Amino acid sequence: MSALHIKKGSTRHSAYNLRPTFSDQEERHTLAVLVENEPGVLARVIGLFSGRGYNIESLTVAEVDHTGHMSRITVVTTGTPQVIEQIKAQLGRIVSVHEVHDLTVEGDSVERELAIFKVVGDGDKRVEALRLADIFRANVVDSTLNSFIFEITGAPEKIDAFADLMRPLGLTEVARTGVAALLRGS
Amino acid sequence: MTREMTGAKMVVEALKEQGVDTIFGYPGGAVLPIYDEIFLQNDIRHILVRHEQGAVHAAEGYARSTGKPGVVLVTSGPGATNAVTGLTDALLDSIPLVVLTGQVPTFMIGSDAFQEADTVGITRPCTKHNWLVKDTDKLSATLHEGFHVATSGRPGPVLIDIPKDVQFATGTYQSAKPTGSRYQPTVKGDMAEITELVAAIETAERPVFYTGGGVINSGPAACQLLRELVDATGIPITSTLMGLGAYPASGDNWLGMLGMHGLYEANLAMHDCDLMINIGARFDDRITGRIDAFSPNSQKAHIDIDPSSINKVIRIDIPIVGDVGHVLEDVLKVWKSRGRKVNREAIAKWQEQVSAWRKVNCLAYAGSEKTIKPQYALQRLEALTKDHDRYITTEVGQHQMWAAQYLNFEDPNRWMTSGGLGTMGYGFPASIGVQMAHPDALVINVAGEASWLMNMQEMGTATQYRLPVKQFILNNERLGMVRQWQELLHGERYSHSWSESLPDFVKLAEAFGAKGIICSDPADLDDAIMEMITHDGPVIFDCLVEKHENCFPMIPSGKAHNEMLMGEADTKGAIQAGGAVLV
Repeated sequence: MSALHIKKGSTRHSAYNLRPTFSDQEERHTLAVLVENEPGVLARVIGLFSGRGYNIESLTVAEVDHTGHMSRITVVTTGTPQVIEQIKAQLGRIVSVHEVHDLTVEGDSVERELAIFKVVGDGDKRVEALRLADIFRANVVDSTLNSFIFEITGAPEKIDAFADLMRPLGLTEVARTGVAALLRGS
Repeated sequence: MTREMTGAKMVVEALKEQGVDTIFGYPGGAVLPIYDEIFLQNDIRHILVRHEQGAVHAAEGYARSTGKPGVVLVTSGPGATNAVTGLTDALLDSIPLVVLTGQVPTFMIGSDAFQEADTVGITRPCTKHNWLVKDTDKLSATLHEGFHVATSGRPGPVLIDIPKDVQFATGTYQSAKPTGSRYQPTVKGDMAEITELVAAIETAERPVFYTGGGVINSGPAACQLLRELVDATGIPITSTLMGLGAYPASGDNWLGMLGMHGLYEANLAMHDCDLMINIGARFDDRITGRIDAFSPNSQKAHIDIDPSSINKVIRIDIPIVGDVGHVLEDVLKVWKSRGRKVNREAIAKWQEQVSAWRKVNCLAYAGSEKTIKPQYALQRLEALTKDHDRYITTEVGQHQMWAAQYLNFEDPNRWMTSGGLGTMGYGFPASIGVQMAHPDALVINVAGEASWLMNMQEMGTATQYRLPVKQFILNNERLGMVRQWQELLHGERYSHSWSESLPDFVKLAEAFGAKGIICSDPADLDDAIMEMITHDGPVIFDCLVEKHENCFPMIPSGKAHNEMLMGEADTKGAIQAGGAVLV
């Protein structure tokens, strides 16, 4: 379906799903943007956010349909409800955008992020790091005599919590993928 | 139908297939193969401008006066970067353009080659969409898609960047497919919302139509439907700068333009209404003034083809996404089927109120027998040209606002001005584009001397193609609007807002082989204007006007619609620090 072909009741659109009054409270929304995988499409999406002063908390992108040349951009953003509606409408205007889904309002969704952590240390700290990693179900993917690299998957909050615990134990580097998210159910 | 041909030939073939008769351009190294193909045919006229910015504005004038897309052909690097202002102008005013740029060969892209620029990168935020075509086999389909995207939904400029090796290489030409594009914006409005709007129209006591350029973009049929709806309901109508002409200025329900320099009756009607029906306008800041004091007691309906326009700045109660023509057709159908009801008694009272506001005569000004007042010059221009087949373009500034206030437009597509971007230098090249599309019409560019100088090189184009465009320059030797703001906001410190070392415009015209007229006495003005109209060829009319005239009415930045300045007497301390930071 065309990104601009909007059915009544759809949440993919600024006009029809207004709440009675706009609040000034900032909200965090996860948007899934299905785009044509063509050169420059990511620049269009990112340029929209920077050009109009919107926030990007995290952004992931990869081709999800090789035959249809479709990519899925998952972007986590914050803003007042009016700004969130405007972001969705502006994304829908981009010619190479096929669909915009607001996973935060369209129903329950599953959010996952992968991160790898390098923790450097020895003695008790090294043992404690390994013990905590076990509790968080983080895997050791590399080890030297004085360092570990842990791999952890989960909701962003879980990864934040793990990072907080690792910091006093010698956390030196973090690489995170950003959020990937899907709606639950069929 | 598929055929083998070079990329350069495909460009010309695709333009022909899309019904293009005129293109505006400037050659250069990276578009030579396309220029070679243009040389070899006679179906498409190429107008050689003197600067690429002029080409884009000329194409805008052509597009806005015909309803067809304007087409531009320029070279890589500086050719493309010079087009950027015009692209941005067209994006903000929703003008359909197809701009073709040459690019260095694909194997040299990224090497900082001669006249290389990242054209698609530079123009991404100032086009509706753009493409870099790296494969000749994909060129024709991209060209057709470009025309489709530029003209469907909310119109806008598109750019297609074509590397030189793609122009030389041979590929398969594909004809346009009628339903080939995935991009199909919604044109039909939602019937439930339309019915809600009709119900609101039936009971409203103080309704007002607030229309914009979207009505004109939708086409002549949409303007006709608007006229039918307004006249059948008796609801007063105002319009933005971009929408002038959609409803005739001579119509009974016409309030005049609204906004920062809009008419008193239009702005007060907006402020005091109980139902505002926005048709194809976008609540621009020149219209709304202070947002939290904008029409505080009204229910607001908004018809727009672009969903992102709705609820962008003003909260809407009845949103209708769709093409103005389609939606108005349905509104009329539903309204008629429900018995053509309006609250006649209340609207009659509302009309009385409007008449009282009209009596304020907000466009009154102090006349003079010694100097030509700019308002007087435009009143005389209106009187002497209104019966002609007339098209008006403008530059940007005081003269533009006075033209919008004192000239009357009876039909759409007759008024070409830079609204959203406010591009000084727009009007002259635009008048060239209009004259190309309407060779026998009277095309007048109402200009200020400072704006006009920004693209004066196009005199060469006007004389080369014998285009009888009339450059009506209201010369106050000032950047009038800048000067007005400095007077009101910056303690009368006129920092760099006067035009020093102006040319002798009569000699300038003659140097280009055109006619020059100068006039400084109000008593001579009519004769001079007649001389301009009757001369068969381009004319520069140097109209020396009052130097310190201010443009009123004016809603100062940061003020509401009912806080207008009506004249010099109102200006003392009118603008506070809060308003001064706004533009």
